[in-house]
Amino acid sequence: MRRLLWPAVVLVLLLALNVFFTPSFFSIQVTEGHLYGSLIDILRFGAPLILVSLGMTLVIATGGIDLSVGSVVAISGALACLQISEDASLFTAVAAALGLCLVLGAWNGFLVATVGIQPIIATLVLMVAGRGLAQLITGGQIITVNSPAYKLIGGGYWLTVPFGIFIVVAVLAITAFLTRRLALGMLIESVGGNAEASRLAGIRARGIVIMVYAFAALCAGVAGLMISSNVSSADGNNAGLWIELDAILAVVIGGTSLSGGRFSLGGTVLGALIIQTLTTTIYSIGVPPETTLLFKALVVTAVCLIQSPSFRAKAFRRRGKVPSAGPAAEEKVQVTA
Amino acid sequence: MLKRISALVIAGLTALSVSACGGGSGSGGGGGDDAITMGFSQVGAESGWRTANTKSVQDSAKNAGITLKFSDAQQKQENQIKAIRSFIQQKVDVIAFSPVVESGWDTVLKEAKDAKIPVILTDRAVDSKDTTLYKTFLGSDFIEEGKKAGQWLVEEYKDSTDPVNIVELQGTTGSAPANDRKAGFQEIIGADSKFKIIASQTGDFTRAKGKEVMEAFLKSNPDIDVLYAHNDDMGLGAIEAIEGAGKVPGKDIKIITVDAVKDGMQALADGKINYIVECSPLLGPQLMDLAKKVVKGEQVPARVVTEETTFTQEQAKDALSSRQY
Repeated sequence: MRRLLWPAVVLVLLLALNVFFTPSFFSIQVTEGHLYGSLIDILRFGAPLILVSLGMTLVIATGGIDLSVGSVVAISGALACLQISEDASLFTAVAAALGLCLVLGAWNGFLVATVGIQPIIATLVLMVAGRGLAQLITGGQIITVNSPAYKLIGGGYWLTVPFGIFIVVAVLAITAFLTRRLALGMLIESVGGNAEASRLAGIRARGIVIMVYAFAALCAGVAGLMISSNVSSADGNNAGLWIELDAILAVVIGGTSLSGGRFSLGGTVLGALIIQTLTTTIYSIGVPPETTLLFKALVVTAVCLIQSPSFRAKAFRRRGKVPSAGPAAEEKVQVTA
Repeated sequence: MLKRISALVIAGLTALSVSACGGGSGSGGGGGDDAITMGFSQVGAESGWRTANTKSVQDSAKNAGITLKFSDAQQKQENQIKAIRSFIQQKVDVIAFSPVVESGWDTVLKEAKDAKIPVILTDRAVDSKDTTLYKTFLGSDFIEEGKKAGQWLVEEYKDSTDPVNIVELQGTTGSAPANDRKAGFQEIIGADSKFKIIASQTGDFTRAKGKEVMEAFLKSNPDIDVLYAHNDDMGLGAIEAIEGAGKVPGKDIKIITVDAVKDGMQALADGKINYIVECSPLLGPQLMDLAKKVVKGEQVPARVVTEETTFTQEQAKDALSSRQY
């Protein structure tokens, strides 16, 4: 749990910064029959990113990476909205969209595990082609739908709480159960550590890799439904644009190593929340749009530095208070744990 | 100056496939003179706006009795250069195109000039030192659009002396429509100190971002009177945010947007938006008029602004049924 300390500190600092600029930041009221407040916004708009990041976490844990999730987000929303606009039932639309996402994810996994293409290249194919596919589905237009049931997924409320939050909690709980209560998590880490050795030890490495890519695409598909449902429209060009990069960032901030072999679901959720809080902060404190990216970069750099054991060791050593090897050694123990 | 405007327009438009704007709805030219053949190279089918643009060019060519050779570049410059070369070989009377990118056109445009085929740029400009390479540039004036938005606001609040708190949803940062619509708006409202832009952020021309940013605006600024969105889509996203906050869009918060796409016009007719400045893709008729003039060898202005209008809620109700895009 110490591993989550620094991301948590950063998140608290960001929230504190917001309170400084907007004193009512933490206030949550009930407006129009649902909860209303900045914190709710962070959860609501952060929900798709959390989902995509969860999928990404498992992919990265196997030593891979999935650049195609942004395109999958667009495809999922486009297909669902197209179906609904053609008077298909909500269930058909959602099932068709998620089914297609599973196929696309399995395709990624097939390219990586069976054909043996580098993950960054294999998924780049779908990243580029997928956006074309999404535009093909929407015919280059923005499809607007008017379906209260579909609206619920990403823009609606259940028991005054945004429905998307329930979806995230459910996916997180299922993922945590499968990976941390069952052996699956260990198998994934094992494949990420050394796929060939895992195979020799009797683990079906290929199957695991295909599964995690399919899972990542499924998560992206659900996120795509949320994003398009939130605005009741599908935009093949812009939905989920660059979300893959935010997701990778969230995973890394959360302490999952890009080289694979270990992962932290809790860390990923914290990472995604930090990114969303940062975005909300930029809007609330009024950072000019021209400098937004610079501001984000500075915060992310600070987060990465503060998380680096060797950087902390050096920074603290300069003050001459803490034994230099201390934090680094502790961190290593946790890696193997 | 023309070059600077062109550069600005292009820099933005490349980033802006989705929501930008360009043309105008003009009067169709009558046929009658010798049959003209026009080669037209389109950027590609990137957005609804672009699709409407293509359709306008094709339809008005038919109406004007101009034979159109249409080529879709699928967002690739090399396709466009190939298309222009083939137009030259086919000895068309005039070439028109919306450049995918702003630079790298000198060679192929020189070839067209040597073949004595006039070139008209539509919607997007090119960045070339030699302005004799093309006859004219037909496209929207984004600054003017910003000014029109500002003028409506000034008119709307002319009897009031209370401060007016405005929030602004900008287009993609650095894009020409975003820069110019902001500048034009600022120029008009800056004359009266009661107008204050209390928050301004980019919504990337998308509904999702428009909604997200507006949610944050509503929380950090309890007292918002007016929303100015650089396109309809961001405005539509913001409307959802405003409704979620328990306020009435169009009444509690007045909304001005730019573009006038169908969804935006619907919201305007429903009273959720107060005013839309048109940015029309329907530049076909104007293009055909210009083509006839340059083929005849008449002088045309180097910059032609597309004919565009504005819509109030009442006008939207009438215009909605005939809206093509």
